[in-house]
Amino acid sequence: MTAEQIISAPKVIVRDLNFYYGADRALKDINLVIPEKMVTAFIGPSGCGKSTLLRTFNRMYELYPKQRATGEILLDGENLLDKKQDLNTLRAKIGMVFQKPTPFPMSIYDNITFGVKLYEKLSSHEMDDRVEWALKKAALWNEVKDKLNQSGTGLSGGQQQRLCIARAIAVKPQVLLLDEPTSALDPISTAHIEKLIDELKKDFTIVIVTHNMQQAARVSDFTAYMYLGDLIEFGDTSTVFTNPKRKETEDYITGRFG
Amino acid sequence: MSYLYTRRRLVNMVSLSVSVFTMLFGLFWLGWILWTLLDNGLPGLSLHVFTQSTPPPGSNGGLINAIVGSLMMVAIGVLIGTPIGILAGTYLAEFGQRGWLAPLTRFINDILLSAPSIVIGIFVYAVYVAKVGHFAGWGGSFALAILVIPVVLRTTENMLRLVPNSLREAAAALGAPQWKVISFVTLRAARAGILTGILLAVARISGETAPLLFTALNNQFWSSDMNKPLSNLPVVIFQFAMSPYEDWQNLAWAGALIITLSVLTLNILARVLFRQKANTQ
Repeated sequence: MTAEQIISAPKVIVRDLNFYYGADRALKDINLVIPEKMVTAFIGPSGCGKSTLLRTFNRMYELYPKQRATGEILLDGENLLDKKQDLNTLRAKIGMVFQKPTPFPMSIYDNITFGVKLYEKLSSHEMDDRVEWALKKAALWNEVKDKLNQSGTGLSGGQQQRLCIARAIAVKPQVLLLDEPTSALDPISTAHIEKLIDELKKDFTIVIVTHNMQQAARVSDFTAYMYLGDLIEFGDTSTVFTNPKRKETEDYITGRFG
Repeated sequence: MSYLYTRRRLVNMVSLSVSVFTMLFGLFWLGWILWTLLDNGLPGLSLHVFTQSTPPPGSNGGLINAIVGSLMMVAIGVLIGTPIGILAGTYLAEFGQRGWLAPLTRFINDILLSAPSIVIGIFVYAVYVAKVGHFAGWGGSFALAILVIPVVLRTTENMLRLVPNSLREAAAALGAPQWKVISFVTLRAARAGILTGILLAVARISGETAPLLFTALNNQFWSSDMNKPLSNLPVVIFQFAMSPYEDWQNLAWAGALIITLSVLTLNILARVLFRQKANTQ
């Protein structure tokens, strides 16, 4: 059974994806299907290419010279890697949250509206509603509702990360990419965010990169194990963790390697 | 073990003493300069320094024409030089990863940064003063602007480079075009540092004598006409300090004290601003 058969509602389909840092080939013929409104986790040891793979989904690599991707990434059938695809509208459809919280040097309110203003013209009342909606979705509203005009950089690390999640979902993307979103946070903030991911998958297709295997097991529906740029195994999370098909996956998951 | 420990303590003590001594040595001269300035400048610093223009020898007068002239030229020089410096620095930091133009610009800017200011003065004399046929305040401003550009450019580039790439990625990931990422996120994150750079540039040019000697020259009388020779503190200090008249010399000391205190204030202001930035991040 192939992954495409397992998944009935594919949101993103990756076909023959190769990625190069200069002459180094960092991803090798990746084929993968990301199911809609589910959480897919990329796991693997450092340097295996899981973050690189995630960053091809919104072509983040194009900020840097000498990085390029070949192959196809289909979002609802449209090839994202097509040069004709407008990069900024593409990124508006695919939100991203990073390893370290990245609040912009502006107020909490402006942090949320920054992305919204790029593609929507809302009245100030609608904008207030959108900010409240996003902050509530990110489970941050109660903590910041009285200080929306204060700087986003003044929040705690865990709050900053939830602010970044709120900022990402405020533009109402279809896919949410999370690049090790809890690796810089304490256990309580991590638990907050994991609970949040569970909530968010009702509305968004989520792809998460994580170093933490327990986290992958806890939050994800599907798991991809990668090693040295190869996709070793992909399947639903319980199968990958309890009954992996490949020896390499089992070694990594049981901690014998990695 | 204990021998090694004693030795390490000894080495530590010696190097600490040497560094403290060199610090005191450096501070000593700075303190001496400030003391001399205060000692000689304070007696001459009376109200009419700020109300009257530079006098002929032997009569009472002040420095108001020189103070105002300096302020005008410095202000216009900064107004011309700052936008150029910020825009060019932004180009180098945000677009300067590819191509040959950015490394070349950076190299030329480094030369400009260390160019003797007298050369800038002669340059403006040749291309401006000699063409219009008379010394003028505008020439002084142009020369000062050329001195401002490399300082502001360098600090802008450095401060923008300190902004983590993750911030640029985060803004780009929302679908913001590059100009919006730069003007609303990265420049804003580097704002305090860039402002500090501008203040330091102001401090740098307010004491420059050589570029003004060839361009604005000096004016004994009150004038605020940028098209005429314009009085300014550095050149007044230069001329009055060299003169044989004691009242002129006293005014030169007062002028030197005024410049030093203003530059000192600017530097302190720059530090306070930069510290505030560090606190909010």
